[in-house]
Amino acid sequence: MNKRASEGSAIGSSAQTTVHARRISRRFGAHLAVRETDLTLCRGEVLGLLGPNGAGKTTTLQMLTGNLAPSAGSISICGIDLVARPVAAKRHIGYLPEHPPLYRELTVDEFLRLAAKLHGVAHARLPAVVDSVKARCGLGDTGKRLLGALSKGYQQRVGIAQAILHDPDVVVLDEPTVGLDPIQMREIRGLIRALREDRSVILSTHILPEVEAVCDRVGIMHQGRVVFSDTIEALDELSRGLALHVALRNPPAQDALAAVPGVTRVEALGAHQFLLGRDATADPTEEIVQRSVAQAWGLYEIGPARSRLEEVFVQLTRDEPAA
Amino acid sequence: MIFTLAGKELRSLFASALAWIVLAVLQLILAWVFLMRLDGFFEVQPRLAHLANAPGATELVVAPLFSAAAVVLMMATPLLGMRLIAEERRNRTMTLLVSAPISMTQIVLGKFLGLVAFLAVPIGLVAAMALALMAGGTLDLGLLAANALGLALLLATFAAVGVFTSSLTRQPIIAAVLALGLLLASWLASLANPDPNHVMQLVSITRRFESFNAGMVDSADVAWHVLAICMFIGLTIRQLDRERLVGQPT
Repeated sequence: MNKRASEGSAIGSSAQTTVHARRISRRFGAHLAVRETDLTLCRGEVLGLLGPNGAGKTTTLQMLTGNLAPSAGSISICGIDLVARPVAAKRHIGYLPEHPPLYRELTVDEFLRLAAKLHGVAHARLPAVVDSVKARCGLGDTGKRLLGALSKGYQQRVGIAQAILHDPDVVVLDEPTVGLDPIQMREIRGLIRALREDRSVILSTHILPEVEAVCDRVGIMHQGRVVFSDTIEALDELSRGLALHVALRNPPAQDALAAVPGVTRVEALGAHQFLLGRDATADPTEEIVQRSVAQAWGLYEIGPARSRLEEVFVQLTRDEPAA
Repeated sequence: MIFTLAGKELRSLFASALAWIVLAVLQLILAWVFLMRLDGFFEVQPRLAHLANAPGATELVVAPLFSAAAVVLMMATPLLGMRLIAEERRNRTMTLLVSAPISMTQIVLGKFLGLVAFLAVPIGLVAAMALALMAGGTLDLGLLAANALGLALLLATFAAVGVFTSSLTRQPIIAAVLALGLLLASWLASLANPDPNHVMQLVSITRRFESFNAGMVDSADVAWHVLAICMFIGLTIRQLDRERLVGQPT
């Protein structure tokens, strides 16, 4: 299941690896928020970090950006150790935290100039950098407005703008589309896809379709661990082994469905639709079709569950993984 | 980079109503002290004319004015410095600075220098009031310069204390109360023990202004201020570094 991730750590020192975290843990008092997590990211990849609230996503991102020191483990950014040489490593990172760090008393232009200066953009390039990032984030005519007076959606855009204006190799976005309307969400997703070109992007989110729309790889966190880390394609394969969507005109009692060999659980989605958990080894599809014909269930639709990611997510975070 | 941060702090201070109000109230109180002192000087002036080597306007008006400014600014500096770090925490803007490729030392020095630059305004206003006396007489410019230097060092030490207490909390008002408490305690330490050789005189910040106030630039006093500033700046850097290890204070 973790094939891609382990390949990643094998080539940990290559130039293409931008983020390499080895067995990082983070303790808050007695509470272990993140435990022995490995994370590897290559140039041109978008990693989506998923997990229920309190799974350790934000803590992980804070460690990757040098805002929190890991209690154990090591992190390197573009081959530079983040703990030993924080200033050099941070040059390669752009970070949008959960709450965009905006000075309410500054205007958009003043704030972006400040952020650019803090990230070491040369004085002569400031106007060009600020103008180009404003165009990319759809902030064209807001330059003279105070940050405190902007709507949540625009504040979020300014937050993204400050994370990407210095052209970092690694862009870390903590819930980038929170508070945006659907059109703005699509724009931001487009922006993230464009960012991927020659960078790495890590984003955390609650929104499952967002991961399917923009990410190459998915990491699912649960109780401080990465319980799943693989490509979207691998996720497809995996989810095919997890759930079937079945629609029947004359459905029998749920017990009858559960009795079909290979069905592990039955969930009614309405009067006629069911979500069947299935065994990874025994495919019950044929058996369901045969019984439907024999017992006149009136089968009119059968196939893998529609939201594959949701299925995997629920499966993995429902209880402690056996591994 | 330090100056970029200092510039930002200065801009934020001038963008807040609090700073303008503090400046206005300071100026009102100090102008009142100045005029009272000037009145007193005019009353005693005829008698002074008979004395050989009599004290002039600088000793009788300017030095007490700076002395009053030192006390009033001891109350005002905690209010001006309380937001420096505490408010960045509360508004969660500290992340911008911590994620940028700059060191904690640069962040703290930038904030400190921003506040010191702001405090140059009240020093300038007090000096301007004193210089206005040149219109009608002569001033001892050496005494004035010693007072201005002493006040600048004193305020820089107050500012360092303010930066430090601001790093201990996420509530600006708590930072202000802590700083005010520290400064008043240090003042009382010297008031309660008038003996100049008493050990408590060592921790008195205001006492390190007395020789400047009398016109003497004592290198021991300069060194004391520089050491105190370095200590509080160092403690602040240590506090912020520790935060990355153990999490933010509440």
